[in-house]
Amino acid sequence: MDSDKVQIRTLGLDLYYGYAHVLKKIELDIGRRAVTAFIGPSGCGKSSYLRCLNRMNDFIPSARITGRIELEGMDILSAETDVIALRRRVGMVFQRPNPFPMSIYDNVAYGPRLNGIKDKERLDEIVKRSLNAAALWDEVKIKLNQPGTGLSGGQQQRLCIARAIATEPDVLLMDEPTSALDPMATARIEELVRELKEHYTVVIVTHNMQQAARISDMTAFFLLGELIEYDRTARIFTSPSDKRTEDYISGRFG
Amino acid sequence: MRKKSDIAQNSFGGRGDRIASYLIFAFSVAGVLLMAFILLFLAGNGLPVLKEVSIKDILFAFDWYPVEDPPALGMLPLIAGTVSATLLSSVMALPVAFLLAVFTAEIAPRRMRSGIKVLLELLGFIPSIVIGFLGMMVLAPWMQGALNIATGLNLLTTSILLGFLIIPLVASLSEEALSSVPYELRDASYALGATRWETIFKVVVPYALPGISSAALLGIMRALGETMIVLMVAGGAAIVPRSFFDPVRPLTSTIAAEMGETPVGSTHYHALFFAGLILLLITIAINLASYAIEKRGVRQ
Amino acid sequence: MSRTRQRRFCDRIMTAVFWFCGAALLVVIAAVAIFLFNRGWRVLSFEFLTQPPKDGMTTGGILTPLIGTIQLIIVAMLTALPVGIMTGLYFAEYATDNLFTKVLRISIRSLAGVPSVIFGLFGLSVFVVFMNFGSCLLSAGLTLGCLSLPLIVTVSEQAFLAVPQDYRDASYALGATKYQTVVKVLSPSAASTIITGVILAIGRVAGETAPIMFTGAAYFAPEIALSLFEQVMALPYHIYVLATSSTDVNATMPIQYGAILVLIGLVLGTSAIGVIARAKLSHRDGR
Repeated sequence: MDSDKVQIRTLGLDLYYGYAHVLKKIELDIGRRAVTAFIGPSGCGKSSYLRCLNRMNDFIPSARITGRIELEGMDILSAETDVIALRRRVGMVFQRPNPFPMSIYDNVAYGPRLNGIKDKERLDEIVKRSLNAAALWDEVKIKLNQPGTGLSGGQQQRLCIARAIATEPDVLLMDEPTSALDPMATARIEELVRELKEHYTVVIVTHNMQQAARISDMTAFFLLGELIEYDRTARIFTSPSDKRTEDYISGRFG
Repeated sequence: MRKKSDIAQNSFGGRGDRIASYLIFAFSVAGVLLMAFILLFLAGNGLPVLKEVSIKDILFAFDWYPVEDPPALGMLPLIAGTVSATLLSSVMALPVAFLLAVFTAEIAPRRMRSGIKVLLELLGFIPSIVIGFLGMMVLAPWMQGALNIATGLNLLTTSILLGFLIIPLVASLSEEALSSVPYELRDASYALGATRWETIFKVVVPYALPGISSAALLGIMRALGETMIVLMVAGGAAIVPRSFFDPVRPLTSTIAAEMGETPVGSTHYHALFFAGLILLLITIAINLASYAIEKRGVRQ
Repeated sequence: MSRTRQRRFCDRIMTAVFWFCGAALLVVIAAVAIFLFNRGWRVLSFEFLTQPPKDGMTTGGILTPLIGTIQLIIVAMLTALPVGIMTGLYFAEYATDNLFTKVLRISIRSLAGVPSVIFGLFGLSVFVVFMNFGSCLLSAGLTLGCLSLPLIVTVSEQAFLAVPQDYRDASYALGATKYQTVVKVLSPSAASTIITGVILAIGRVAGETAPIMFTGAAYFAPEIALSLFEQVMALPYHIYVLATSSTDVNATMPIQYGAILVLIGLVLGTSAIGVIARAKLSHRDGR
């Protein structure tokens, strides 16, 4: 991959939870404004890796991490890194939709308000733009003051996406964002992901190989904490170079 | 009262089963009966006082001289004592309890957290007589000397001690409310670049607010009904307090101090039951309010 | 970037405030504990626990109040346990969503909030006067029983609810009646949790003073009560009497601190057993 297209570069990353060696010597470049999917069986380390990218692993006391992750040259893992500023640049969407128990408007405005934006007009504009970008505006524009928890599961997840992009991040991490949703809602989110890559670098962890094949440009296959194969999605799913990748995508295990 | 289907559901095993289910039902009635009897006997023994003194004179008169002839039964000073001690102790203790709960649930390292939880729970078991004793023997004399006031047995001392009584209770109940906030919400807030403080105050606390409010109400109720501490350190003067250093005589300590020396059936006896009735009605009201808050919290 | 710095600063300050608060709690507790122990440990001895108060309560031990407290607990639990456990069972297994259940639930909830001195008034008017038991062990014990009823109900209900639904299904699927299921399946698995809860309730009841002051606690009793209709001395009331109306405050001071230590030991000892047992149980059940 051309180095000017790389958004996040990972060099020799190892992650331990206590004595468990969760990630082993990961080397991976994530491209700008593209969708990168991580696939692999449960417990292979793909979610843990995702959580390294915005330092959400900081909350696990036993987590120990070595190696280097660069976001456009900035060392993410360094102790000097401003985690709060980092997380503004690297947004995240979680497995289960988790809107705050406040109104739809306040959910989206949460991040911008943290950053000190108080001007009502600017907030209105940010909320509208973010909800639009998350393909939710038309459904909720008449009920912005109702609680976000009252929406359907798929709408809640899109609200969470709107909330994440309201702080104008460069990167959007998605940790199995459709695993708690029905097929219709899943299709909406997948469509949305394809649109989002126009403006954002999207990294998505998924359990569902068809999903990875449908929406991603690049795919990384993890197994037991190792990065087995990383290539263009079309290639991974048609002619993988590693036997283990082939076994996994053809459904022989996992 | 019970529909046929209830009985069918609870006794599908024939006669033996039906008898067992009726027996259990009969025992359960005791709870309702007990509450009803408490109300009944307090009202039955308290309301006769109204035959001799009007309700206006009881609630709004300033003089409490129950053993004089004729007795003066103005409960305003006693009510003022109860209200002032409850309010002052709540104002001092609830914020501390809240801080402790947040510290325990959100900030303390994991191992320390379970230690503090056990500690708070055990502190909640400390009998009030112990706190009253310490107040009487240690805190009151010290305050009297340090602040150079007439007596250490006063409103402020009482409120401080009541505060110590309710802090563990309120802190552990609030801690439970905070810990039950789903982890996903915290993650979402952190992932948006919020600091821990912002996450706690904008997401976690609002979510746990029904539980915390209910805990605070239970704490207030506990302070309101506490007897031994006020009996030992409130000073016992039936006056409406004008400063923090005035002694007070709340309803509970009046009942405890005077009931022993009152002939059964006298006007004074009825007046003390009437005081109990006032206290009971206030606590039931607070209790139902906290119940309603809790329920609403669950539905949310 | 200065906004981030400001936010980070705020975060640090608040964290410090919280740590201070936690530390203050520990310091206060430690100071009080050390103070009490320092004042009281000298009188603690085998004789202190096994001798009755003597010479107008200025010397001797605390045997009579200690035994009295235990007697009160026994009477209270004998009344509260059957009713409380049955009610808990009713809530958990038999209650349907009808008016009675609602009224019962609100009653139990209200009982839990009734001030202890009100229970004293209730005990006085019902057991002492109305039923004419007089001021005695029985009246005071029954009063404490009423006071602990809501506690017992709550722990029993939770204990029965905690039994996995699979057990019930398995029992019913074998053709057991509801009664058989309750007796043979639910009760054994709920028993240990209920016992833990009862221990905690005992810890709560042992230190209560206000409800027994005018229902059966004696200022002084020369001997241990041998019948339900005698007055008893009780440890918390004994402390109150010594602290507020003793004939010779200086002479009784060490006894007071000793008695306080014994009371704290009794109450915290029982509740600690309860808390630890509960933690063990929940660990075992993987809850």
